[in-house]
Amino acid sequence: MKNTGTLKVTTPSDREIVLTRVFDAPRRLVWDAFTKPELLKRWFGPRGWSLVVCEVELKVGGGFRFVLRGPDGRDMGMRGVYREIVPPDRSVHMESFDDFPGESEVTTVLVEQGGKTTFTATVLYPSQEVRDAVIKSGMEHGAAECYDKLAELLASGP
Amino acid sequence: MKHSDRLNATFAALADPTRRAILARLAAGEASVMELARPFAMSQPAISKHLRVLERAGLISRGRDAQRRPRKIEARPLAEANQWLERYRQIWEGNFQRLDALLEELKADEKQRKSPKR
Repeated sequence: MKNTGTLKVTTPSDREIVLTRVFDAPRRLVWDAFTKPELLKRWFGPRGWSLVVCEVELKVGGGFRFVLRGPDGRDMGMRGVYREIVPPDRSVHMESFDDFPGESEVTTVLVEQGGKTTFTATVLYPSQEVRDAVIKSGMEHGAAECYDKLAELLASGP
Repeated sequence: MKHSDRLNATFAALADPTRRAILARLAAGEASVMELARPFAMSQPAISKHLRVLERAGLISRGRDAQRRPRKIEARPLAEANQWLERYRQIWEGNFQRLDALLEELKADEKQRKSPKR
C-alpha cells in the first residue's frame, strides 16, 4: 500500500483547524471517495468504527447524514448541509455532531498535480463552546506526548 | 483552570503571529522585554500586551533576575496543545491510510476498464 503523505494539522487561528494531505491519485477519484456513500463506507471513521448510515445528497442546499458505530456499539451521528459544490475541486459545507452543540464550516479544496492530489480541509468552529466540546472529546482518549509538533505549531505562521 | 479552558487559552494565544514569533525567540533562551521588542517594529507597551496574553495562557513566565525581568518559555501548555493536535492527527491519518488503499483499488479498476482483456 502506498502512503504518499502524512497528514499535517495546523491551527492558523483560534477558531480554525487545517488538515493537509497528499493522495497518490487523480482528484476525480479523491472527490468520489469523499462524496459517494458506497466509497465513504469503506474508509471514513476512526479505526474500529463503521459507517452504518451514509446518505449524501450532493447539491447546494442538499445534505448528508452519517452515523458511525463504535466497537462498543455506541453510535455517533453527524449531519451537514452543502453550501458550495464545484466538482472535482472544491466544496463548502456546514457540519454538526448530534452530541455536540453548534455547527462548523468545512471548506475542502483538492489540487491535482502530476497525478497526485493535495487535499486541504479548513474547519472553522463557530464558538469557544464547540471548540471546547471537540477538544474535550479528543482529550478523553488520551494520547502519547509528542513534542515534535511544537516546532510545527510555532512554524505555522506568520 | 480546567484542562479544556487551558487548551483554549493556549490556542488563542498561539493564533497571533507576533506571539508565535515571541515564543520562537524564547524557545532559544530567556530574554528581557527590551530584547524581545527589538526585532519587531513595535513599542514596548505593545509587546508587553502580547506578553501578558502569553503569560495568562501559562505559555511564558518571568525569570528570577529582578532587574531584567526576563521572560522564559513554559513547556507544559504547549505539550498539551500538541498532544491534542497529535491525537486529532492520528485519528484522521488512520482514516486516510484506509483511503489510500481504496484509491489504489479505484485506480487499478480504471486501468482495467481502459484496457479490457481480449
